[in-house]
Amino acid sequence: MKKILLIALMGILVLNAGCADTTSRARSVFMLLDTSGTYKAEIDKARAIINYLLGTFEPGDSMAVARIDSGSFSEKDIVAKVTFDRRPSVATEQKRLFKTKVDRFITQSKGSAHTDITGGVVQAVQYLNETGAGQKYILIFSDLEEDLAKGHVRDFPLEMAGCQAIALNVTKLRSDNVDPRDYFKRVEGWKKRIEDGGGSWRLLNDLERLDRILET
Amino acid sequence: MTLVELLNIWPGAPLLSAFFWITITVFMLYLARTPAHRSIYSLSRVIHNGLRLLARSTRMAAEGVRTRNRDVLFNLGKESTERIIEREFQRVDDVIQRDLSSYPMLQRSMADQIVRMDEDYQKSAELPPPVPAWVDAITALGKISSKDASVAAILEQIHKTINSQHKGVLDEYRRVSSDRHGILNKMMPLWRRLTETLEQASKRFTGLNERAQVIDHRIQEYQEIQAQSDKAERMLTSSAATQFFIAGFVLMIATGGAIINFNLIALPMSEMVGGGSYIGAFKTSDVAALVIILVELAMGLYLMESLRITRLFPIIGQMDDRTRRRMIWITFTILFIMAGVEASLAFMRDRLAADMQALRQSLADVEVVATANNWIPTVGQMVMGFILPFALAFVAIPLESFVHAARTVLGGVFAALLNALAFVFRLTGNVARYGGELGVNLYDLAIFPSLWIERLVLEKRRPPEETEPAEPGPMAEETS
Repeated sequence: MKKILLIALMGILVLNAGCADTTSRARSVFMLLDTSGTYKAEIDKARAIINYLLGTFEPGDSMAVARIDSGSFSEKDIVAKVTFDRRPSVATEQKRLFKTKVDRFITQSKGSAHTDITGGVVQAVQYLNETGAGQKYILIFSDLEEDLAKGHVRDFPLEMAGCQAIALNVTKLRSDNVDPRDYFKRVEGWKKRIEDGGGSWRLLNDLERLDRILET
Repeated sequence: MTLVELLNIWPGAPLLSAFFWITITVFMLYLARTPAHRSIYSLSRVIHNGLRLLARSTRMAAEGVRTRNRDVLFNLGKESTERIIEREFQRVDDVIQRDLSSYPMLQRSMADQIVRMDEDYQKSAELPPPVPAWVDAITALGKISSKDASVAAILEQIHKTINSQHKGVLDEYRRVSSDRHGILNKMMPLWRRLTETLEQASKRFTGLNERAQVIDHRIQEYQEIQAQSDKAERMLTSSAATQFFIAGFVLMIATGGAIINFNLIALPMSEMVGGGSYIGAFKTSDVAALVIILVELAMGLYLMESLRITRLFPIIGQMDDRTRRRMIWITFTILFIMAGVEASLAFMRDRLAADMQALRQSLADVEVVATANNWIPTVGQMVMGFILPFALAFVAIPLESFVHAARTVLGGVFAALLNALAFVFRLTGNVARYGGELGVNLYDLAIFPSLWIERLVLEKRRPPEETEPAEPGPMAEETS
């Protein structure tokens, strides 16, 4: 009898000790929000995506939201970041706090003069690698039109190994209407850069199907 | 050069080339006829014998399984009947202890009552009124003449005296009769009490008689099992099959209860062991919840064993009463604590679910509406969390029946499968055997031109008297 109790107790202790695989299944998402003048009007749509993602995250997952402005490779551009606690009750509270921060940002955000997408992507890769998550996603909520400030160097190859880049709501510019090839060229250019860096690329313009965002 | 070109001896005449090769082939086959026949026969014999051996082995294995099943069936039946008989004897013992232990007292009471009644009866015995002595005197006086006035006066006086004495005797007789009636009246409750006592004793004896009949019936069953009769085997097999399905059905219900129990505690377990960790493909919290339910089941099993309701672990049943009682308390306490833990987890689950729901609503920009009486599901879940572990503890009973019945039923199925396999082996062996003969015939059919030529040549070589051998007819056979 004592032996049985001991075995049962040990079993529960072993489970508690967390001998299990805690990293490989965790997801980590870094969302880049374009706040440049032409795209700022779209930013309300990003709120719905963030809210949806917050609803799907489980304890152990990580999420960060950062803005794309004139120089995006900066911690100052990170609006909110969190790694959800292993306890669901704490994770729920963290989600509430995260939502509040994002809501405040969306209400108060100002348009930027330039658009440094590459800087944001580099920052995202750095953050995702630090989380040690098994699945790493970079959500780029932008028209993908990069407009760098003078002197910024961004024409270097990206290190995207293990990351999935998903471009969301890539709107067409006025010039794209004149020559649609510009749009395809822009999207293809980013696809090539990401894939050359070892990452994978997806384009998702239909925001009605949010469940497709984190499909592997 | 391709094979086709090689075979095409006369270019431009493929039919001729084909005919040539067919002739060569037939001739070669004719030459190899005897060894080929032997090979075909050998092969078919090898397959046939091998499969026949296999069929025999399988049949023997099936017979072994059947014998083993029979033994197990009779052992289980014997054990079960022994338990029933033992229980019946315990009941008889209880009846004797409870009711018949007071039998001497009862008997004494009855004897006392009877003695008292007898005494009363003796007292109430009616004595014939005494014959008055003056009857003879009156008879003598009656003979005296009453014409004399003085005699008439005396007689008148005597008449008065007799009347007054008659009245006195009558009154005395009535008083004595009334006393006797009183005594008899007092006997009534005694009679009633005696009747009640006898009725009670009768009931007790009737109950005992019924038990004795049941024991008698069970003993007959036991004797049948002991004798390993076919009737007993049929009875036990049928009983095992019924038990198998009934116990299986109850186990399915219990599984449903376990699933509900699992869902009650899986979410709150993530609060304890973490929600994002996995063991293999399964969430650690799910595994932990499952372990808790399994531990509860195990405790239920031990409790039932300690209570001697089930007999899955003989070692527990063999423990001395003191240790066994201690084990009952320990397992019950653990079960009780776990039920309490589950009730708490169920409460936590409700709170977590409500919190998550509120978050989802706020994420969807939906106004959170407070529902009235939202404590009812909380209490319901807590009660379920507390009750289910105890309910699951009783799984031990159908589990025991299922395990015992499954041994018999699955053993029977296995024996039937082995028999079917033996039949298939035997059938295949026979097919191989006759297939060999068919192969030989087909071989001869393929080389029939050679055989035809051979027969022609042999017929020509044979002397004329041997060309047409006189085949003996049926009559000739009979004569010979």
